[in-house]
Amino acid sequence: MDSLNLLLDGFAQALTIQNLFYAVLGVFLGTAVGVLPGIGPAMTLALLLPITYSVGPDSALIMFAGIYYGGMYGGSTTSILLNTPGESSSVVTAIEGNKMAKKGRAAQALATAAIGSFVAGTIGTLLLVLFAPSVAGQVVKLGNPSNFALILLALFAVTAVLGTSRLRGFIALFLGLAIGLVGGQTGQARLTFGNPLLADGIDIVVVAVAIFAIGEALWVAAHLRRRPLDIIPVGQPWMSREDWGRSWKPWLRGTAFGFPFGALPAGGAEIPTFLSYVTERKLSKHPEEFGKGAIEGVAGPEAANNASAAGTLVPLLAIGLPTTATAAIMLLAIQSYGIETGPQLFDTEPDLVWALLASLFIGNTLLLLLNLPLAPLWAKLLQIPRPYLYAGILFFASLGAYSVSFQPFDLAILLVIGLLGLAMRRFGLPVLPLIIGVILGPKLEEQLTTSLQISSGDVSTLWSEPVAVIVYAFIALALTAIVVSGLRKPKPEAPLNEKEEVSA
Amino acid sequence: MSTAETTPTETTPTESSPTGTRTGTTTVDKAQYGLAAFLAVVGAYVVYDATTLSDGFADQPVQPYAFPYVVGGVLLVLAALLAIATARGDMPAAEEGEDVDLTQPSDWVTVAKLVVVFLANILLIDWLGWAITGAILFVGTAYVLGSRTLIRDVAVGVALSVGTWYGFYSGLGLAIPAGILDGVL
Repeated sequence: MDSLNLLLDGFAQALTIQNLFYAVLGVFLGTAVGVLPGIGPAMTLALLLPITYSVGPDSALIMFAGIYYGGMYGGSTTSILLNTPGESSSVVTAIEGNKMAKKGRAAQALATAAIGSFVAGTIGTLLLVLFAPSVAGQVVKLGNPSNFALILLALFAVTAVLGTSRLRGFIALFLGLAIGLVGGQTGQARLTFGNPLLADGIDIVVVAVAIFAIGEALWVAAHLRRRPLDIIPVGQPWMSREDWGRSWKPWLRGTAFGFPFGALPAGGAEIPTFLSYVTERKLSKHPEEFGKGAIEGVAGPEAANNASAAGTLVPLLAIGLPTTATAAIMLLAIQSYGIETGPQLFDTEPDLVWALLASLFIGNTLLLLLNLPLAPLWAKLLQIPRPYLYAGILFFASLGAYSVSFQPFDLAILLVIGLLGLAMRRFGLPVLPLIIGVILGPKLEEQLTTSLQISSGDVSTLWSEPVAVIVYAFIALALTAIVVSGLRKPKPEAPLNEKEEVSA
Repeated sequence: MSTAETTPTETTPTESSPTGTRTGTTTVDKAQYGLAAFLAVVGAYVVYDATTLSDGFADQPVQPYAFPYVVGGVLLVLAALLAIATARGDMPAAEEGEDVDLTQPSDWVTVAKLVVVFLANILLIDWLGWAITGAILFVGTAYVLGSRTLIRDVAVGVALSVGTWYGFYSGLGLAIPAGILDGVL
C-alpha cells in the first residue's frame, strides 16, 4: 500500500536523533504545561510559536504534535487530582475521576486515563492515516466556490454548533473577522488608522498569544483563588485485573465516539466525551458506582477526548480547516514557514505530513512511557506558586509577541487584544470563533475573489459545484433547526439571517 | 478599554453562585451594556472605514469595502441584540478555571496594576532592552500577584530575561535588541 510506504518513510524521518529529541521535548513540555493550571495546549502552542522562526518545519511540527497530545494527558491529571477541570474537554473526566481520587483510587484513575488515551490516540491516528489522504485527494479536486462554501461551513459550525450562547458565538466570530480585515491585502489600507505598522495586518501570532495567554492571565489575576486547592496525593499509577476488565470496552467505545466528532467541521471534544459518559453509565454493570467514582466514567471520556484530538487533524491536514483552538495554532505554525495549507499539502509537502503522522504514533507511545512513572512528579507541579506561574505566562507571552518583529508596537497590540480577551472571559464570549474568524476571514475573501475572477463576476458560480450546493443546503438546514428551536426561547436569530447574505 | 467598562465596584455575576435572586425584578448585568456599546463603536468604525475606501481594480470582482460593510453591519446588529438580551436579564457565564474563584468579587485593581507594569515594559523596552525590562515585567507582575520574596523574585526574573536573551541569540539565532546593554551582553 502506498500510504504504508509513505508512513514508513515518515517514521524514518521522525526517528532521527534530532527529531526524536523534539518529540520527547514536546511530550515533556506538553504534559508539564497541561498539568499546570491555567495553561491549556492552545496557549502552550501559542507561546512556543517563536520556535518556528528557526527550527525546521518537521522538527517544530513533531514537537507541536507532542505538545498537543501531551497537553491532553496533563489536563486529565489536573482534572482528576483537582476538582476543577481546566479545559472544557476534561469536565466529564473530572466527574468520576475526582471521586475516584477522593476514594483513594487516584492511581487507578490516572492509569486508566493514560492507557485509555494511548489506545484511543493510537487508533485515532491510524484512522487519520487511513482517511486524511483520501479526503485530501477528493478535496483537492474542488474548485474555489466549494472551498468558499467549506470555509463558510467551518465558520458557521464552530460558532453556532459549539458553545451555549449563539449570540455570544457570533459576537466573537465577527470581532475576529473585523481583526482579520486589518491590513492592505486588497490593495487598500483597511482599518489601519493610518499606521504603517498595521499595513500588513495584525500578526495572527500576536492575536493568538494575546487572546489565549494575556487574556487568561489577566482573568485569573482578577479572580485568583486565595485559599489553596486540595490536591490529592498520588502514588505510582497501576490497575488491577478487574480495572482492566472494566476499562477496555469503554476505551474502545470512547474512541468510536471521539474520532468522528473530532473529524467533523464542528469538532471539539465536549460532545463525544459527554456521550461516552452517558453511554458508559447506561451499559455499566456497576451503575450504582456512577457519581461515586466509577472507573468506566474516566476510561470512556478520556479515550473520547484523545480520539477526537486525532480526528481534528483530518480537516486540518486534509482541508486546511482548523476546528479547535489548538488545531488553529498548528495551522499558524505550518503557515509561518510559508507552506500553503490545504488539500494539496499531501502532494506538496509529503515528507512533512508523513513525518508528522509518524511522530503522532511516537509521541503517543512516549507519553505512556513517560506518564505512568512520572505521575507523582507531575502532581508536584500543581503546587507551583501562582504569582510565578502567571508572571511567567505574561513574561513568555510578551517575549513571543516581541520576537515577531522586535517592535514595541506589537506589545501594545498584545495588551489591547489581551484586554479584549479578558473582557471575553468576563462576558462569556467563546474564544474559538474569534481566532478561527481571524484566520479564515481573509481566506474567505480570497476564495470569493478567486471564484468571481474565474467566472468574470458571475455570482451563480458560487452554487455551480455540487459540494457547494450540499454545504449550503446543510447550513440552511442547521439554520432552520436553530430557528425552530429558537422559537421556544426567542433570542439571537437575526445575525444568522445576516450571515446568509454573506454567502448569497 | 474593556477594564473601563467593568467598573471596579461591580461584582461578576455567575451562574455558579445563584445569589442574584432579587424577587420581582430581573437581574441585569449592566456591564454588558458596555460590551454592547463597544461592539457598536467597532461596528460603526468598520463601516465608516469602508466608506473611505475607493473602488478596487478592474480585475477585482469583490470590492475592498464589501466585506467590511458586511462585518461592520453585522457587528451593529449584534450590538443591538446584545443590548436587548441584556435588558431581558441575559447573564453571561463567566469562564471558570483551576485557579479561578468566581465566588469572590472580581479584583480589577490587580488587573489595572498588571496593565501598568505591562505598559512600563512597552515604554522602556526600546531604551533598556528586553534583558532588563523582561526582568522588571516578571518581578513587577509577580509582586502585583502577591509574591513577597523580592530577592528570589529578582533572581528568577533576571535569570529568565537574560536566559531567554541568550537562548534566542545562540539557540534560535535571533538577536533581541539589547537596548542600553548593547555591547555588554
